[in-house]
Amino acid sequence: MTELITATPGATAEGNQEMRLRSDLTAKEVMREVGAVLRMSEKDAAALSIDDVDVPEDQSMIINMGPQHPSTHGVLRLMLELQGERVLRCKPIIGYLHTGMEKTGEDLTFMQGGTNVTRMDYLSPLNNELVFSMAVEKLLGIDGDIPERAVWMRMLLSELNRMSSHLLFLATNGMDIGAVSMMIYGWREREEVLRFFQKVTGLRMNHNFIRPGGLAADLPAGWRDDVLDILDRLPDRLHEYDILMTEQPIWRERLQGVGVITAQEAVALGATGPILRSTGVPWDLRRDMPYLHYDEVEFDVIVGSYGDAFDRYAIRLNEIRESMKIVRQILDRMPSGDYRIQDKKVTPPPRARIDESMEALIHHFKIFTEGFKVPEGEVYVGIESPRGEIGCYIVSDGSSKPYRMHMRAPSFVNIQCLPHMMRDGLVADAVAVISSVDPVLGEVDR
Amino acid sequence: MTDVNNEAVQAAQPAMRYGCSVSDSRGQVVIHPTRENYIATLKALVDDTFVLCTDLTAVDYSTYASRVGKPGDRFEVVLNLISLERRERIRVRVAVPDADPTLPSAFDLYPGTEAMEREVFDMFGISFSGHPDPSRILMPEDWEGHPLRKDYAIGRIPVQFKGSPS
Amino acid sequence: MAVRDILDEGLGGLQHNFLTGRIEDLVNWSRSRSSWPASFGLACCAIEMMATGAAHYDLARFGMEVFRASPRQADIMIVAGRVSQKMAPVLRQVYDQMMEPKWVISMGVCASSGGMFNNYAIVQGVDQVVPVDVYAPGCPPTPETLIHAIETLHQLIEDGEIMRRRKETGAGANVHIQEIPAGSVSTPVILGAR
Repeated sequence: MTELITATPGATAEGNQEMRLRSDLTAKEVMREVGAVLRMSEKDAAALSIDDVDVPEDQSMIINMGPQHPSTHGVLRLMLELQGERVLRCKPIIGYLHTGMEKTGEDLTFMQGGTNVTRMDYLSPLNNELVFSMAVEKLLGIDGDIPERAVWMRMLLSELNRMSSHLLFLATNGMDIGAVSMMIYGWREREEVLRFFQKVTGLRMNHNFIRPGGLAADLPAGWRDDVLDILDRLPDRLHEYDILMTEQPIWRERLQGVGVITAQEAVALGATGPILRSTGVPWDLRRDMPYLHYDEVEFDVIVGSYGDAFDRYAIRLNEIRESMKIVRQILDRMPSGDYRIQDKKVTPPPRARIDESMEALIHHFKIFTEGFKVPEGEVYVGIESPRGEIGCYIVSDGSSKPYRMHMRAPSFVNIQCLPHMMRDGLVADAVAVISSVDPVLGEVDR
Repeated sequence: MTDVNNEAVQAAQPAMRYGCSVSDSRGQVVIHPTRENYIATLKALVDDTFVLCTDLTAVDYSTYASRVGKPGDRFEVVLNLISLERRERIRVRVAVPDADPTLPSAFDLYPGTEAMEREVFDMFGISFSGHPDPSRILMPEDWEGHPLRKDYAIGRIPVQFKGSPS
Repeated sequence: MAVRDILDEGLGGLQHNFLTGRIEDLVNWSRSRSSWPASFGLACCAIEMMATGAAHYDLARFGMEVFRASPRQADIMIVAGRVSQKMAPVLRQVYDQMMEPKWVISMGVCASSGGMFNNYAIVQGVDQVVPVDVYAPGCPPTPETLIHAIETLHQLIEDGEIMRRRKETGAGANVHIQEIPAGSVSTPVILGAR
């Protein structure tokens, strides 16, 4: 019989992690929370915001936003120091969704690892599985032997996932800024893509479909028509969103000039993805460090120039269009062949063969119970997820389970940009900034 | 005669980059600075256009099969850096002993490592000297223990499945 | 009584042009049809919960599209996602702030039992923190499963069953429902088609 754990109200144990009063901090600490630590000399940093450092105690107020809050995109807790409506300092506190996935990853075999990893960034699960599988394949040494069809299928799924993730961004961003109907429209489009995923992978989310060696199953008959259906339906609707949001004066007022970050600051903070591209740095791993067959498809890398929230919104909207372009090219170029490598040690045999061949039965048994052994070594693979660079660092000691599995989550690093972006803005802009960074707390906390 | 010997000797020397030994891991370049020249190495890397630090994490090698019983430090802190100009990656691995699990912080060179170093402290107990905010980030503040260490159990509770004999 | 007649036969069951009924029935009837959820979306299940509230699956037809941010205005707490050790006190605090009568749906396997994460970081079942009335399995539960759970809860509220079950168990109503797998329902509707 389980007992109810009762906690005294208000007694969450965050202590040091919370924001401390200005009077308890040294000037240097205040400047850091204000966000001014980005490779500037002390003199420059001090010149940056003299008036912010000297706000008298009774004029500022520290408030808490979250972790349960409708607009923090999950369980992100923000402590804001406000002077009236102006945000002086901001401190994000995370960990409310910490799932111990890296520890669990050490307990699951490499074949099972996909189920764990896919739940980190739950808005683009196929990208998580892809980077994990690529890292495992690199350790196994089979990354050059993945069949062509499997590679192109992976690209197709990854790009469709990018589309569904960005559609969700449009939906939540719209709702946060106030265009509440955008929530319904964005989800309507997303359902189309999810329906395709359900047909191919069996699940709407958290698919565990991209596995080391290839994919779990082949594309079903009629997939081309389904994809063409999506590609036919979307452009007009994206145009509608352009009219609804991009050209609308209220939208522009709310997003332009909000949450500005410069290129130097973004690089210093390790930000990647749309945040880095909005500052003008044209860094996209699909183009600069190509993986799969991205060097054989044509697409543009969308780059902003002001580094503000409007640029990030526009980048993501146009990335949906670029993804559609890529998907069209994949449709033309999809080869026939195997959907997974035929290496018996890594891929389980087809189910029908298990009845016929003893060897197939034994291989199936070994792969699914003990798992396949991966040679010793360590490897880091990074790919471009909708939020930035997602990386997987695996250390293997020769057994069938990872010795250490670490995922470099883009949102974990991007959240560090928040204090800098929110500084000197209004509280209402704080919501716009969080929304434009598009964090997914599942991968922040893992 | 001596020339051939010298060449052979030189060929056998491990390559050095930025003052550290270099290894190759599945085609990826990895350098191994010591704790003492860690910051100097990072400075050299920053000057050599490796300006983006994508990842800072750690590994606990205490139960690693091929290292058990051999001398060596328990922890390793691993950084992954990118040079945007040259489109290259490089990995940095520093050994950190169990007896004194500290390392200078990379925060001044890469401000983006603030949250990453806090996570390493939280999960492994490695302290970073010079870090502006050394507190736990993922676990509650009063949590005891460092979960990703190998001597920390996963915390599984026994599960009884429906219909199975208990 | 007349309210029962209407529930059974619709307005055709009206014998006169006035209704008599017990207040309990009326109250239960209106409570079940206009219960507002407190948004407690944590992880992947929150995304499916949002999908259930969106146009395809439309929770509004069950009176539940209004996700109140403030727990004081909410009736149902749908715990959607995995609850970590750090989040458990917050969960309890939000639950305590809700006004009676309040109900809890534990959505997904992580909330119901810890799910696939049987480790140090996740509370193994949200029923260790709050009393749960309906458990919806799935990882994540499809929107159909969530609607099934919500409708089960609504039926329990309407019948008054839920109070009886709570008295029995001393905590939540502890109803387990079957998962409706993805794709098992007939051809989907394409919205917005020209």
